[in-house]
Amino acid sequence: MVTEKDVQHIAELADVGVSAGELENFTHQFNAILEYFDTLDRVEGQGAAARDLYNILREDEVEPSLPQEEVLRNAPAQEDGFIKAPRVM
Amino acid sequence: MPAQTITFEPDDKYNAFLTVCNKPAHTRGKLAGITVAVKDNISTQGIETTCASKILKGYVPPYDAHVVGLLKQAGAATAGKTNMDEFGMGTTTENSAFGPTLNPCDTGRVPGGSSGGSAAAVAAGMVKMALGTDTGGSIRCPAAFCGIVGLKPTYGRVSRYGLIAYANSLEQIGPMGKTVSDVSTLMGVIAGYDCHDSTSQNKPYDHTPLADIKGLKIGIPEEYFGKGVDPQVATVVQKAIGRLVELGASTVPCSIPSMEYALAAYYVTCTCEASSNLARFDGVRYGPAADTKKSWHDAYQEVRSAAFGTEVRRRIMLGTFALSSGYYGKYYSKAQAARENVRKDFQRIFQEVDVIAGPTMPTIAFRLKEKSDPLSMYLADILTVPANLAGIPAISVPCGKSEGMPVGLQIMGRHFEDERVVDVAYAYEQAVN
Repeated sequence: MVTEKDVQHIAELADVGVSAGELENFTHQFNAILEYFDTLDRVEGQGAAARDLYNILREDEVEPSLPQEEVLRNAPAQEDGFIKAPRVM
Repeated sequence: MPAQTITFEPDDKYNAFLTVCNKPAHTRGKLAGITVAVKDNISTQGIETTCASKILKGYVPPYDAHVVGLLKQAGAATAGKTNMDEFGMGTTTENSAFGPTLNPCDTGRVPGGSSGGSAAAVAAGMVKMALGTDTGGSIRCPAAFCGIVGLKPTYGRVSRYGLIAYANSLEQIGPMGKTVSDVSTLMGVIAGYDCHDSTSQNKPYDHTPLADIKGLKIGIPEEYFGKGVDPQVATVVQKAIGRLVELGASTVPCSIPSMEYALAAYYVTCTCEASSNLARFDGVRYGPAADTKKSWHDAYQEVRSAAFGTEVRRRIMLGTFALSSGYYGKYYSKAQAARENVRKDFQRIFQEVDVIAGPTMPTIAFRLKEKSDPLSMYLADILTVPANLAGIPAISVPCGKSEGMPVGLQIMGRHFEDERVVDVAYAYEQAVN
């Protein structure tokens, strides 16, 4: 069982926000879905081992890439050719 | 070689398109001058690409997805970008931030999803072909609901470079069209190796459909005709399989015991992957501006709660929960074990049979707003998710009607035997048309 407090906590972890009006509904739906997920308790065995393709890497060489103005074109906030983000500290 | 343009002005009564390209350019090639619609989660240079989400409103990709580049090389004209469930999360196309797409066969019903816009555009005759993406049935479901053909290729056969990711380990770009030949032609254009996708395999598709299925062994899983499957839909599909038998195939009863938990494994896996993939949408590099004066948690939360739809937030939260400390073993780890069991079940069955057949969807297209509860919506994916979990090819081909609505016959095959599922669908299509 997850509680409204749990859902609130998950919403904060995921940065998706949840309004007071949504909380009851989300909690109710989560419990129904998680109860359905309990069928996984009956699963035996282990996940797959790597097959076919494994660690696809390339040489660390510079390849053609987008010009700076193209990269910045969709960014809503910019300063001196950089993308501006909210403060982290 | 000078590019030519054509005029494309569809009467889009179904809200199939989010962006229409009125004067698309094209060159010469296999698809010269053919209009192809592209699902709106596939990047198109210079053409807005939103994933049907407010969080990407106005986003114009600076580069083409690998498959879009291949379409251009083949001479196709990109007709526009099609509506979908936001980020591919849904089975009806009702989860689009820009309104639902309507089913051209009955506008009171959904076209299926998440590639509902692509399916409706093809079904209504607005375009000849379309690209969709299939994470848990998102090509096959709308193909079945709208009465067209849709192929989910073997995982790794078509590059995902430029596809805006939702659940990387499950999704594939694939062709949709009115006929099996059209689907096969489009598959021939988009399949092949791409160094920009680390899961890409060097398996080009160069195939002309053959209608000969004499001696073919078809596995019929009991789970595909059991609980939850509408009896009328099951009857239509059984009749279609009977037609394949008349053409010289034989049927072998079989069982996929892992179906018991396949859907749960699918939803745990896709929500976990989504919670990670969708972290990039924060209003910094693209999308609605995050308030850079606020602390990052507050700023991101403000943007994401306003611009993501309810289903997207629900899945991000479910995935975040399933991956959180203390729950990983109960959910994600078990889901991966379940996935391996699904794969093994298919492997075992494919030692005895060449393909597996059943309904694509357990019902006909839902009425608009019929599925309001998320879990009941998820349950509708039960017959399509096994192919994604196992990475095998699967095609949906129209096989008749129930209550006046199209029903899809699903054919699944061994890894990299996309040609064979195409041939079986083609044999059926040729026999009934």
